[in-house]
Amino acid sequence: MSTVRISDDAVARACGADRVSDAFAKLGWTVERVSSWGMHWLEPLAEVNGVGWGPVTPDRVAEIAEGGADDLCIGPVAVHPFIASQQRLTFARAGKTRPLSLDDYANSGGWAGLDRARAIGSEQVLAEMAQSGLRGRGGAGFPAGIKWQTVAKAPGDRKYVVCNADEGDSGTFADRMVMEGDPFALIEGMAICAHAVGAGQGYVYLRSEYPDAIAKMNAAIDLAAERIAPFRMEVRVGAGAYVCGEETSLLNSLEGKRGEVRAKPPLPAIAGLFGQPTVVNNVLTLAAVPHILAEGGAAHYDALGLGRSKGTMPIQIAGNVRHGGLYETAFGVTLRELVYDIGGGTASGRPVKAVQVGGPLGAYLHPDQFDIAFGYEEYAGADALIGHGGIVVFDDSADMAAMARFAMEFCAAESCGKCTPCRIGSVRGMEIIERILAGGRKADAVEVLPQMHNVRDADRSLEDQVALLEDLCETMKFGSLCALGGFTPYPVLSALRHWPEDFGLTKQAVPA
Amino acid sequence: MNRIEDIVLRHADREGPLLPILHDVQAEIGAVDAATETRIAELLNLTRAEVHGVVSFYHDFTAKADPRPVVQVCRAEACQARGIEAMMRGAENAAGDRVRIETVYCLGLCSVGPNARIGDDLHARLDSDALAKLVEEA
Ligand code: SF4
Ligand code: FES
Repeated sequence: MSTVRISDDAVARACGADRVSDAFAKLGWTVERVSSWGMHWLEPLAEVNGVGWGPVTPDRVAEIAEGGADDLCIGPVAVHPFIASQQRLTFARAGKTRPLSLDDYANSGGWAGLDRARAIGSEQVLAEMAQSGLRGRGGAGFPAGIKWQTVAKAPGDRKYVVCNADEGDSGTFADRMVMEGDPFALIEGMAICAHAVGAGQGYVYLRSEYPDAIAKMNAAIDLAAERIAPFRMEVRVGAGAYVCGEETSLLNSLEGKRGEVRAKPPLPAIAGLFGQPTVVNNVLTLAAVPHILAEGGAAHYDALGLGRSKGTMPIQIAGNVRHGGLYETAFGVTLRELVYDIGGGTASGRPVKAVQVGGPLGAYLHPDQFDIAFGYEEYAGADALIGHGGIVVFDDSADMAAMARFAMEFCAAESCGKCTPCRIGSVRGMEIIERILAGGRKADAVEVLPQMHNVRDADRSLEDQVALLEDLCETMKFGSLCALGGFTPYPVLSALRHWPEDFGLTKQAVPA
Repeated sequence: MNRIEDIVLRHADREGPLLPILHDVQAEIGAVDAATETRIAELLNLTRAEVHGVVSFYHDFTAKADPRPVVQVCRAEACQARGIEAMMRGAENAAGDRVRIETVYCLGLCSVGPNARIGDDLHARLDSDALAKLVEEA
């Protein structure tokens, strides 16, 4: 009897993998549901003896079963250029293992990191984590080893490991893929962390928009309970608030409170969940840990990457792109390579206009900037951020003024309300952009109410409005408590600088 | 009100149980109304204001039940880059008053958009016709 491997990742399922699986099963085939290789444009991808067909529709299944359907055949999957050109550490198992099979996990090197961590003891684990140079993959890029050391040293009755799985950024899905495709890797990473810092309880804070990931993580935690004991883990489901991806508001949410951001200090590492020392790390950060702790991993990790951006980054290629999916590689790759060579240009076939890197709070990069190397410092130098490693491609039909307005609207909708620059500034920001689009503003009835004594009587020119928007963005950048209000200026100002014509402005109207 | 007590009891031994309780209430009763907030507050030894503050903060909880079928459409950047905005009018026409269309910001399927979710079923690579059909059949 023949066996076909088909992913049960949410992308594959959304593209019809269940129906394709059923069609194979009807023919009497054994269907093995595995994780996704990350070649999303080919999903659902059917793999028979290592050879792949995709994207498969149920009506093509009979042909594939007979070895035909050459137009869909991509040859051996493992050597496909998209896969072969990657450096996969976090996603080493992607496409190869059944997500909830403990046997598959153990047979592919699983638990080696935890076993070694238990053998060498907490001090040594902390030292190796620091040596590896692993930086938090959630956005800010804070070194994980330092965070762990702080928690290990902090006095507290209980300690916690919290996994930030609130992957709310548009264009990012690597966390979801880890949780759906390789959940034991995350569990192992958290268990190693717990062992190193002395935590008894772990939480995975997972957004409610990811039903498949919630189900997989719950099942995987049950299956692994014995292996990670005495450490205990639980999934906690968010309730649709973007800001809960911010670590301190996530902690409030976990405690059952409004997801308002907390002022730091105290750092969560000193007083985090329920006031106790807490490690808060992103999914990708924790899932990178088993590899680092397994023999020789730390040195290997340290040798990869660019400058202080160590190791690999799972880059998520999304939006209007032909070959969208997950691409893990060492830092240093350029956007030009990602968008054109790897991503194959736009799906629409039209010219690329802009690429937003790092989620809804990330800057829009212009094709002139596509040679910047992927790295924390390199992006910061270009007034941009890599965030969680998502890139969203736009073709020339995109209206960048609309995107800038949307960034402000998103900030207004998702603001936790704690600070004025974010809560009020985002609403004002929308208004100013609308006024720019309307060509400036007359001193109108609203503006000259009799009780207002210091109102200006001249009309505001376009230039005035632009200056006002820039001023507001400065205030948001420096006056906001967290990244939502503080980073929203990135997409807004980058859109304004690079595409002034979309705002009805000339280049001169926008100072660089 | 017994159902509320059952739900609260179910989560009683968890740390910070309010969110899981509210999720279950929302799923089983369809909304978290004022009376429910008061009851949960009593059982957890909180004030109603504290519970209301949480309920009103999160998009997933609603004060009034709405029995209509829901289609969640992603309108975040990656789906916008693939043209979701131009498809919305058709979807809204198809929905009329019968179906509720909800905006979500990202379903994590950004490489195969535009995307929508109905219950726990995900739908990718939508075009105007496919989205309108989804709404009609919801
Ligand atoms: S910047 Fe916005 S989301 Fe962040 S703390 Fe301030 S109000 Fe809340
Ligand atoms: S942006 Fe629509 S699924 Fe992510």
